[in-house]
Amino acid sequence: MEVTITIDGKQIKARKGTMLLWAALDNGIYIPHLCAAREETESPPASCRLCFVEVEGYPAPVTACTLPVAEGMVVNTSSERVNRLVAAGFELIMSNHRLDCKNCPANGNCELQRIAKARKLRLKPKNLPVLHRDLPVDDSAENIVYDPSKCVLCGRCIRACRNHGQSVVGFARRGFERVVTTCGDVPLGESGCDSCGECVKACPVGAMSLKKK
Amino acid sequence: MKLTEEEKKTALIITRQILKEFNGNRGNLIPVLQQVQNKLGYVPPVAMEEMAAHFDIPAVDVYGVLTFYNQFRLTPPGKNQVKICMGTACHMRGAHTIQEAWERRLNIKVGETTEDREFSLERVACVGCCTMAPVVVINEQVHGKVTPTRVDGLLFSYQLDKQQTKEGGTE
Ligand code: FES
Ligand code: FES
Repeated sequence: MEVTITIDGKQIKARKGTMLLWAALDNGIYIPHLCAAREETESPPASCRLCFVEVEGYPAPVTACTLPVAEGMVVNTSSERVNRLVAAGFELIMSNHRLDCKNCPANGNCELQRIAKARKLRLKPKNLPVLHRDLPVDDSAENIVYDPSKCVLCGRCIRACRNHGQSVVGFARRGFERVVTTCGDVPLGESGCDSCGECVKACPVGAMSLKKK
Repeated sequence: MKLTEEEKKTALIITRQILKEFNGNRGNLIPVLQQVQNKLGYVPPVAMEEMAAHFDIPAVDVYGVLTFYNQFRLTPPGKNQVKICMGTACHMRGAHTIQEAWERRLNIKVGETTEDREFSLERVACVGCCTMAPVVVINEQVHGKVTPTRVDGLLFSYQLDKQQTKEGGTE
């Protein structure tokens, strides 16, 4: 069943029950997002906190990746409150992302750059100190380079790895120490990774990249 | 730190025994981890793989749960267990410097065990004697007002003790 909703004054049609985020993206309306995945319909992780929107009838901004569309919904993708939340979330992510665009394989094709541009945000945090974790780069796999210091913990590579029928990478540890890693932190090259490159395709930033030939 | 074949075998046997009591519901993972940890004092990779197979989840997910909680160890505890208090008072009194001193001296990180299995390092929350901060507990003994130089001293006295018991034993 189709429903009609209004986003930023534009009327769009979407299948009932689709998450608002996907309905907006499918209709050319950009909402920043890192952690969401279309196939995860049950309980989206909603961990990046970047997809906030204002929905009429809701007292506070809501995450678009967790809100199923309903008939007559009126959405505003940016308001002062939304901008504040997104700016804060973005700054938190950038505060431990190793910024090195010039030498980064994702330069020009990076979700962080895209978000910064779309929302007029700075890549370099201005209120928070930058804390690097300085984790070693893992280039042990046949043609994948993994730089955990650039990882934004969106979990897309983990999903991609599993969809490919492997389960090499996953989340480990907690808080600031949280990382995407292999079982026992063994290097990718010894983890049974077959270098299929699905994680590289899934990575929105430059944490997983292909080796330069 | 390397595990011996013997240790791996025991770990496997114990893990299998414990798993027999649980069905394949993945909600049972934490109780299983706790029981293995209780029996062995740590949870080695072989045990993680065994659990992963039992619950039909990727081994890296077992690793993820295990590293999420402080109560689980990945390596066997050392003969002497050094616990550095990271409670509020000790934190304010420089527990981090003490931690670094131990890590440098023993050449291991928190949560690890020295190659010779003499020492393992752990962080704990308030041990209840904040007036003595920063506090380090070695085995059951409490040491207060620890400084990096004290760390050297403490290590030295444990080595001395060891030598004495060794000599005592040969007599
Ligand atoms: S996409 Fe909604 S919280 Fe990350
Ligand atoms: S905080 Fe260390 S003993 Fe209380």
